[in-house]
Order: sequence, then structure tokens, then C-alpha cells
Amino acid sequence: MSASLAPSVYTFAESERPARGRVGMLCLILTESSFFSIFVAAYLFYIGKSLTGPYPRDVLSPPIVNTICLLSSSVTIVLAIRNLRAGARARFALWWLITLLLGVEFILGTAAEWYKLIYRDGLTIHTNLFGTTYYSLVGLHAFHVSVGLIGLGIVLLLALRGSVDRRHAERIEMLSWYWHFVDCVWVVVFLTVYVVGR
Amino acid sequence: MAGSLETALALEQEEVGLPRLERVHQWVVTVDHKRLGLMYIGAGLLFFVVAGLQAATMRMQLALPDNHLVPPAVFNRLLTMHGTTMVFLVGMPILTGFFNYLVPLMIGARDMAFPRLNAFGFWLWFFGALLLYFSYLGADGLYGAGSAPDVGWFAYAPLTERAFSRGNSTDYWILSIFLTSVGSTATAINIIATTISLRCEGMTLNKLPVMVWLALVTAFLMLVALPPLSAAQVMLLLDRYMGAHFFDTQAGGSALLWQHFFWIFGHPEVYILVLPAFGFASEIIPVFSRKVIFGYQVMVAASVAIGFISLGVWAHHMFAVGMSPAGNAFFVTSTMLVAVPTGIKIFNWLATIWGGKLRFRVPMLFCLGFLFQFLIAGLTGVILAVAPFDWQLTDTYFVVAHFHYVLVGAILFMIFAAIYYWFPKATGRMLSERLGRWHFWLLLIGFHLTFDPLHLAGLYGMPRRIYIYQPGRGLELFNLIASLGVAFQAAAVLLFIINVVRSLLVGAAAGDDPWDAWTLEWTTSSPPPEYNFAQPPMVKSRRPLWDLKHPDDPDWSYE
Repeated sequence: MSASLAPSVYTFAESERPARGRVGMLCLILTESSFFSIFVAAYLFYIGKSLTGPYPRDVLSPPIVNTICLLSSSVTIVLAIRNLRAGARARFALWWLITLLLGVEFILGTAAEWYKLIYRDGLTIHTNLFGTTYYSLVGLHAFHVSVGLIGLGIVLLLALRGSVDRRHAERIEMLSWYWHFVDCVWVVVFLTVYVVGR
Repeated sequence: MAGSLETALALEQEEVGLPRLERVHQWVVTVDHKRLGLMYIGAGLLFFVVAGLQAATMRMQLALPDNHLVPPAVFNRLLTMHGTTMVFLVGMPILTGFFNYLVPLMIGARDMAFPRLNAFGFWLWFFGALLLYFSYLGADGLYGAGSAPDVGWFAYAPLTERAFSRGNSTDYWILSIFLTSVGSTATAINIIATTISLRCEGMTLNKLPVMVWLALVTAFLMLVALPPLSAAQVMLLLDRYMGAHFFDTQAGGSALLWQHFFWIFGHPEVYILVLPAFGFASEIIPVFSRKVIFGYQVMVAASVAIGFISLGVWAHHMFAVGMSPAGNAFFVTSTMLVAVPTGIKIFNWLATIWGGKLRFRVPMLFCLGFLFQFLIAGLTGVILAVAPFDWQLTDTYFVVAHFHYVLVGAILFMIFAAIYYWFPKATGRMLSERLGRWHFWLLLIGFHLTFDPLHLAGLYGMPRRIYIYQPGRGLELFNLIASLGVAFQAAAVLLFIINVVRSLLVGAAAGDDPWDAWTLEWTTSSPPPEYNFAQPPMVKSRRPLWDLKHPDDPDWSYE
């Protein structure tokens, strides 16, 4: 073939496609949502079907402080990235650290709640259907928070080493999308477990 | 163009000069979408032979009534491994392998959006696949019970609970399928990001080759439909190892919930397998009819519609469990609704062929077989969608015959069509036309001998999954013919293997564009260089090569 499809034949303006990282992260969020929705469906399906106690009404109380911490971490991570884009690296690191600490508080709060449920109320994953669905759904979410915390921690270490600047803002924003997703899932989990399920 | 060809040949020669171990090493560490695609397809074909031999063994056992060739426990393992292998280790990898190979080439990109994720996905899938077969050696577990999984490919609860499924064989099924699903998810993310972000200049969504559109819909279905199975498998693992009660009926758990979760995955999975076949047909039929695809936009819309509707039909696998009348009515209606966009596609392919200047080369023969067989598969599908009819036929060989018409008659035929069509691009060599024709006709005869009588066996009441049947129930003749058909199919596959090996050794050189085709992959050399295109192409219509070959009458003046 002598001719070719070389661009010089036509005169098109430079095309603007969405960044592949954004598309990839949205796809990951879509597939994770599908994963979570099955656990939520199982939780809703088994509400009130436990054959023995303890029942949710007796032992669950809404973790308000935890929820406030996790949801506000979505705000602080936005502030962090805004500062990074503006080139204020110290402020970025500070807001990022606050985000991380809020996430850690959430995990510790969940740990305290589980400790109480297991040792004071005698509820384990084996006890009844409530325990089965509660620990798997809340545990699945806590697992995702932990993965997010590892990501946040790595970025924090890099930032403290001085190797994060505004060129990395796009990638770090993708990590923040994951963190926002984990927050949104918590809203669903909270409504399912502590509002509808109680 | 000539320059890129010379570079490619130089690169190839350079590689041939390397020591063998070094060449293997390059395949292991590769992130090139073409090599990963070929590795998917190659591994898938190996598993195809294994699962085919399992099927042949089962047909030998069932050839005669009261036969005692295979003990019942072994038979259960055979049917579980055959189904699981064919779906997860043959269909998925071969089809995602084709997407891996073709999508970047067809949209004028140099690689997938995330090449390393792509390699990660392949190796995850590959070791997941090996894990399934390792169960033959490692599944004895603590109890000395079991070898390979024997719970059927849909692994209904509570049979899979620890009380009924001792040892580790079910755990191998759970973990290996979980791993392969994660691998497939990585590929799906890659396909979508590649198609959205890396299209060459001028390639608007309205100019995407139809196959790439179908890759997009398939990838979307993989993202949405694979997680339900993975989630249900996690629940099953929690049941088996942490004492949870998801599917433990004695503690109030529901066996039905597993069926729902499984089929929320399982039905879209059928479309994950068949949509790529539609994609191949939409590329191959126009080229061998010398016409543009009829109704491009309707074709795309129908594909997207099938993708969405397929998410809402899962419980038609469960009519026999006794759902509410409203539930039955919903799933009957939604299932029948699938026939509308599917019918549109069939008519569009026919309209593409109509009045065309047909060239009956091997890829086209397989496409025609596909059209005919897929139509019948669809018709028996509509029959089974009627709930009262399904109550009569559920779990009989009629169902087995129906879905093998889809999986073999449609999907396998299109896989072979795609292999004959794109083999020259991937290797630079033509497959033999004569052997190809023998392959096609033997497979066609064998397929119909095996699966046509099984419809009747099902109507006569032969339940699926039985390992033995008594004489005098009117089933002997159907089963004997079905088993004889296997010999024809095996001969066809053997000829195919000979054809591939022969072509790789002494096949005729293919050139860049052996079929006088129209999509971008045929502009580059065969096999394409690692970077695909020396210069990123720019397209102005759906058939960029037609424009190039006919500058006096380009497509873009009509589109």
C-alpha cells in the first residue's frame, strides 16, 4: 500500500479525549458499587430473619462521631488537592495528614464498636444472620477504608519526603475519588445498617 | 507504510536471533496488548481441548444405556470442570484476548490504556485457571474427601456448604473463579479506558467499528455482572470458614439467595460471551459481502439495548423454584424483550448479505453457520422463556441443547471465524483454505449430530446431569447419535490444530491486507510492529481503508 492514513491528509483539530486515569477510576468505582450492592441486598434481605438474638435494636447505636469524621475527611481531601494545585505543598501535606487522621479515627471507632459487640454483647459472625450480614457488610467497608488509608499513607510519606508537587495533582485526585467513593458507600451502609436495619 | 513494515521485519529477525530462553522471557514480561491477546487466546485454546475431552468422555459414558465407563463421582467432576472451564477458561479468555489484540489496532492506538494492568490481569487469570486444575492434585484437604470440584458450574447452595461439601474441592472452585473474575475486571477497565481515551483523530464514537462498540458493551457488562458472583463467593467462603450463615438454611439462611446472586451474574455472562461473537460477525460479514454493514446506528443501539436488558432477566433460570406470579410475569416479559434487539441484529446481518458480492471463504462459512444456528438457539430461548413451558423442560436436555446451540453453534463458530479472519494479521501467514473447509463442514455435521437429537431427548424427559439411564425409555437413539457426533467435532478440531501448526511452519505469506478489508488493523504490517502504527492514523469515515483505496468515491461523502 503506497498511500497512508497519515494525519497530513486531513485537517482535524486536536481531539480532546477524557484522561484515561479518570475513565479507569470511574470504571473501578462502577464495579466496586456492583460488589457492594450485593452485600447491601443480602443485608436488606435478612433484616428480621435472625432466629436468635442479639437483635440490632438491642445492641446497635449509630456511630455519629465516626460518621462525622469520615464524611468531613471528604472535605479535607478536597482542600488538600486544591492547595496542591495552587502549589502550596506544606498546606497540602497538612490537610492530607488531617484526612488520614480522620480515616484512622473511623477505623479505630469501628474497632471499638466491634470490641463491644463481640465481648459485651456476644455477637459474632457465627451468632445469627444479623451478625453474619453486619460483620460482612461493615467489614467490607472497613476493608476498603483500610486500603484507602494505605494509599493516603503512601502519598503522605512521599509528600513529607518532598517528592509530591502539582504535577502529581491529577493522580492524587484519582486517589481522592476512591476516598470519596468509600465515603459515599458509608452513607449507604449507615442508612442500611443503622436506620433501615434497626 | 513501507518503512513500518521494514522496521517490523527487522524487529522480528532481531528476536528470532535471540536464545530461546530469552524469547520466552520476553513473552513472560511483555505488556504489549498483542502478545497478551495471543497468550489469552492460546491458553484458552489449550483449555478448550481439555474441556472438549471432558465432554467427549461424558458423551462416551452416555452413548449407551446402563453404561459403566465412568463412575458417578467422576462424572460429577467432569461436568463441573467442563462447564466451569468452558465458561471461565475458554470463552472469557479467548474473547477478551481478541479484544485485547484488536481494540487498540482498530481505533488507531499504540497500546491499551493501562498496559501493566493488562499484563497483571492476564497473569491473575492464568494462575486462577491453573488453580482450578491444581484441585485434581491438591483438593484432598483435611478429610481426604473430593478431588476436583463436583458441585456443578452454578454451585447451588446449600450443597456447597461445609456440611455437604467436605474437603477443599469447592474452595478451589471459589478461589480460582474469583481470581479469574478479578483478572477479567482488569481487562474490562482497560477496554473501556482505551476506547474512550485513546481513539485516533477523527474516530468519533459514531465511527467506531461495530466490534469495538460491542467490546465496550461487553466490558460494561463485565464490570457490572462479575462482582455479584465474586461477592456471593466471598459470602460462601465466610460460610465455609468463618461460620457465617448466608446460605445456611438451618440458621435461617436462604439457598434461594445464592441462585439469585449467581444468575444476576450468570445471565449477563451469556451476553458477555455472545456479544463478542456479534462483534466478529459485524466485522467479517460486510467484508465478505463487499458491502457496508446495514444499519450501523441501529446495530449499535441494539447492542447497547441487549446489554441493558440482559441485566434484568436473570430469574428466568429460576422459574421452577416457585416465584410469585408477578415475578414470573416480569421475567417472562423481559426475557422475551431480548428477542427484539437480537432479531434486529439478525435482520441487519441478512440485509448486509442481501445483494452483496459474496465470497465464500472460510471465515464467511463460519459466519453463515453462526447465523443459522444462532437463530435456532434464539427460538428455543423464546420457548424456554415461557414459564409454564419452562416448568416442563427445566433441567432437561432441552435446556442443555439450547445453551449449547448458543455456546457452540454461535460463539464457538464465531471464534473460529475470527481466528481464520485475523490469523493472517497476527502471524503474517494464511491458514489453509482447503483444511479450513474440511474443518467447517466436519464441525457443522458433528455439531448438528450431537445437539439436534438432544433437544428431542429433553422433550422425552431426559434430565440433565444424570450419569446413566435405563434402556427402553426412548432415549437410546438420541444419545447414540449425539455421541457419534462428537467424533466428527473432534476430527474437525484436530484438522484445525493441524491447519494452525502447518500454517505457522509453511503457510503462504499473507501480506498486510489479504481480505481487502476496511478497518485500521489492516493498514499496518502483518504481524504489526510493537508500536502498531508508525504514525497515529487519522480517519474520516467508518471504513478508513475504503477511503484510502477509493479516493474518488470516499465513504465520508455519504456518512
